[in-house]
Parts: sequence; C-alpha cells; structure tokens
Amino acid sequence: MVDFAGWSMPVQYSSIIDEHHRTRNSIGMFDVSHMGRLYFSGEAIDKFLDTLTTRRVAGVECGKIRYSLMTNDQGGILDDVLVYHLPNLSGTPFHMMVVNASNREKIVDWITAHLGDSGIELDDRTNSTAMIAVQGPKANHAVAALSETDPDSLPYYTGTTTKICGFEAILSRTGYTGEDGCEIICENEYAEAIWSAVFDTAQSVGGGASGLAARDTLRLEAGMPLYGHELSESINPAQTDLKFAIQMKDRQFIGRSSILTARKNKSLPIRVGLELEGRRAAREECQIFKDDVKVGVVTSGTYAPTLEKSISMAYVDPAFSELGTELIVDIRGKSHPARIAKVPFYKHP
Amino acid sequence: MNPEELLFAETHEWAHIEEQGGDKVATIGISANAVEALTDLVYMELPAAGVAVTASGSFGEVESVKATSEMYSPVDGEVVEVNTSLPDNLEILNTDPYGEGWIIKVKLSNEDSLAKLMDYVAYQKQCEEG
Repeated sequence: MVDFAGWSMPVQYSSIIDEHHRTRNSIGMFDVSHMGRLYFSGEAIDKFLDTLTTRRVAGVECGKIRYSLMTNDQGGILDDVLVYHLPNLSGTPFHMMVVNASNREKIVDWITAHLGDSGIELDDRTNSTAMIAVQGPKANHAVAALSETDPDSLPYYTGTTTKICGFEAILSRTGYTGEDGCEIICENEYAEAIWSAVFDTAQSVGGGASGLAARDTLRLEAGMPLYGHELSESINPAQTDLKFAIQMKDRQFIGRSSILTARKNKSLPIRVGLELEGRRAAREECQIFKDDVKVGVVTSGTYAPTLEKSISMAYVDPAFSELGTELIVDIRGKSHPARIAKVPFYKHP
Repeated sequence: MNPEELLFAETHEWAHIEEQGGDKVATIGISANAVEALTDLVYMELPAAGVAVTASGSFGEVESVKATSEMYSPVDGEVVEVNTSLPDNLEILNTDPYGEGWIIKVKLSNEDSLAKLMDYVAYQKQCEEG
C-alpha cells in the first residue's frame, strides 16, 4: 500500500505482470475510489460545464459520458475528466464528473470560482461513494449476472443508474485499461458487498484484483495519457494528440484562444509513442536525442507485459515525430535505440 | 547453495567466499527476499569481466516493472566471471537465487569488507524487522 494523493492505495496485490495479464485475458478489478466524484444540481448544468471543457458537453443526450480536458486561461491543462449525463433510478437526468484524485481540490476550487450567479451547486461526494473498475474480456458478463442492467446493453462511453446486488449504483461502459469492461459507482455502504460478489465471479473465471501499478502498464499499452505525466498545466491540449477531446467550432470556453495559438506554433513538442529495443524501460524525464541533439523527453515508460517490449510516451520536437523515426533514449547514462511507434500500442481484439 | 552458508549485505546481496588457486573469490547474487520484494523482474545490467568493484559500490542494476534498483558489491576486487545467461533467464532468480541465479564472481583485493557482512540468521532478522 502506498500513499497517493492522500489515499492509501494498493499498488500491487501480488505480481504486476499477473495482474496485468488477468485484465487482458479475463477480469481485473480495480478499486478506483480515489478518483474524485463531483455531482451537480441546478439548471443548465451542461451549458455551465461547457464553458470549462475543451470538448462540447452542452446538449449531450442523457445516458452519455464525455472525456474532456479542462484548461486555464493560458491553455494549461488543469485536468482530464469524464462528464456524465445519466438518468437516476427514476429516470431523472443528472450531471456528475469524475476527476483525478491529485487534482480534485484544484478542480473543485476552479469550478466553484466560476459558478457565479448560475445557481448551480457542486457536491463533492468522493468520500461518501466508492468506485470499482471491472475490466477485461469477461468483465461485462460477470457484472451482468449481478446487475439489473447488462453492461453489454450499454454502448461504449454510456451509463445508467441501476441495481447491482440489489443496491443502487451507477454502471458505465468506461475504463482506463484498453479493455472492454465497466465501472461501478455506489454508496460506500454497498461497496464491499458489490466488490465481493463481482470478485467471487471474477475468481471463478481466472480474474481477480489488480493494483495501481498494473493499471499503469495497461493504460500505457492502450496509449492513454496520465495527468502529471502526459498532461499538466505546462502542456497545451494542442500538443497532446487528443483531437477527439478538443472541439473548437462555435464554442467559447476558458483556454480556447490559447489552444488556437498553440495549434499554429509548429515548434511545440507533441505527444508520441516510443518503442525501445530490449526489455529495459525508459522512465519519466529520460532525455531523447537525435544525432546527439536533444529532441524530447519521456513522460511515462514501462516494460509492457502484453507486448513483451519496452514502451514509452514522450513529448518530442514535431520534426522528429513521424512514425518509424529512429531516436536515442538516455536511460541512466546509457544510450538505448528507440523509434516512434503508433499509439495505442495495444488494441483489444 | 545453502543460504545458511552465505554472507549477506544490508542491501540484500549475498556472497560465497572460496579459495581458488591462492586467491579468494566471492560468488555474488541477490537474496530470495530481494527477488520477492522486487517482483516481476524484466531486465538486468551486468558489468564486464575485468572491471574493478568496491564494497558498497554499484556493480549493476536490476529492473522490475515498477522500478530500477542498484546492486551493490559486498566486497572489494575485480570481476572475474559474469553470469551472462542470467539477463535472458531472470526467472532463475525466483527458482534458484543462491545457485543458478549467481550474478558475478569477484577476486578479492582485500578482506576488509567481510566483517560488515551478516550471516543468514542476522540477515533474516533484518528482513523480518523490515
């Protein structure tokens, strides 16, 4: 167990590689209760949030979930978030947002500072609720047996409020592993019963609990950015290669003009994937060179258990960002050949 | 090798000292406790034969999925042999850390550092006390 943004978190239960493979092959269950869960009440919540998100969330129909970035006036990325517009048990729509644990207080303050006279209220229910990610090819089937809603009946990035093991819970077809699967949000008092019931099913099909470390190797293979590594206040959305999360047309939101400016600046480093020769992982802050000239820096790296090779995400000079470009990564003083690779590194079958 | 016949460093390396043609040679590896704590070993960086090592100085690195750790020499001397097949067969460290999983052999230049090493019982006590 380690401290993570004030939460005591399981980094690994047994072997990271086993916990990784069980998620790819069967089911990995992740306690992600540290993620911030913010609920909103009031009128025109979607229009209000739309002024703070790089992606359009206004007018999104009930049942849908949108991944977006939030930026400050300078275009620096404050967080990457999921905006949920879902029905409650009686079918009434509500809005909530899931934010990174390390950014929760910052985002609560940021949103609160912009509420003005909107009449909208923010309710941070992170501490009274729990969140469980059930990921892998057998995940939805396992949850379906316990849930009034079959996760497979929900298209990707949608959700609903249902009953799981008889308890009210939000069920969404979302995740951070590159596998199919779902996530469950419920009141704390129901979390243990739901976790135990899903866990028993998972174990019977070769699945089990997976920790934060496996979550990191899984998301890296899936090419998903992690705040504090690929995303930060010193990075502009235009650099991130997350085009789907940036919608500029006919919209106004905080940071928009800075994104337009950054898009025209062709010298800003951009996010790429790297494959390294050998099994050794590059780690955050390893320098990247082309012909002895520094052209970039690694933001995350790992040995990838499914691909059985060393992969990284990095920010490099756009002139050296083309697929297949051969570069050198300095790992602890030694030069390791690498080349620009397609992201995601892994796509589930 | 029986771990009870080995010497251990605080930093979890083991050494087995033998006479060889008038010289003292230490066979060096890392303990089962270290292998278990690291888990998921994926990479090992080894020195070349002929390189000088100093007691408590790094002689190589072992990398798991989550982190890279230095390996420290328990003795002063010169590397005379390297288990070059080990990096491609790191799982040997799980099954036989005190035998097939040996890492380097070092010809001792002096025996000064040996007094700082622990026997198996003292080392186990250190591990239990965490």
